Amino acid sequence: MILGLVSLCAPLGDTCLSRGMTTLPPITLAHPFSLIAAVFTPWIALGIAMLFGFFASYLTALSWADLTYVLPATAFGNVIVALFARFFLHEAVSWQRWFGVVLITVGVGFVAQGPSFTERPTPAALVEGEPQAEEQLL
Amino acid sequence: MTLLLPVLTERFWTAAGMIAAIILCSSTGEVLTAAAMKSIGDLDEIRAHSGMKGAIRAVITCPLFFAGVSFLALAFFSLLFALNHLNLSLVAPASASLTLVTNAIGGKIFLKENVDHRRWTAAVLVCIGVYFLAH
Repeated sequence: MILGLVSLCAPLGDTCLSRGMTTLPPITLAHPFSLIAAVFTPWIALGIAMLFGFFASYLTALSWADLTYVLPATAFGNVIVALFARFFLHEAVSWQRWFGVVLITVGVGFVAQGPSFTERPTPAALVEGEPQAEEQLL
Repeated sequence: MTLLLPVLTERFWTAAGMIAAIILCSSTGEVLTAAAMKSIGDLDEIRAHSGMKGAIRAVITCPLFFAGVSFLALAFFSLLFALNHLNLSLVAPASASLTLVTNAIGGKIFLKENVDHRRWTAAVLVCIGVYFLAH
């Protein structure tokens, strides 16, 4: 569920930011404070809330799973965006993108089959002389 | 033609340098953040024991977390800088896909994660997949 939230919140947040920024007039370096005003527009605020949700779920996932497990699994968000674009927004999705979707899905399937966390032997287990624990450490 | 070659080469190395800066900052940030979260422990357990405030306190009092976030912020500004000079269609897929591979290397070397053949295959497949998806 946490990985699902990470996958959903990041692309949805980016979409909200993109939609919000395209509706605003061009922002130049001469008026940098207009960026602060942009934060309080509904789409940008919603995008920031989504990205905040993404970061909170991402940190939670990293607290119980390996980085090399979380990152490929969360790349599934790209697949969600492609499916969303094709079936909800009725956009044309090229064969290259479908090929990318298939590769990511297969990659996520690979990583999801394995353990999410690298088990490390505790010092107490080593003191007791558990041979398996020593083998794992080596 | 011979006059154009050095210009093309310089452009190539400039683009490679900008993308490398994004990948380096991003991977360092991800590895440091992951190390911070591992040192803190399972956030769900901390939240069940000490509540949401306890979980937030555990995260914001960890120096590694701030080091990680600083590098992620650097990666964000490197991305903005690169987007000012290069096309989005080059920067986004190149940085997103290559970061997956560098994170796998960083996870194995610095976090001592068990990156077996399954995870390497997943990283490479997702890397190529992100590249195709961005085109």
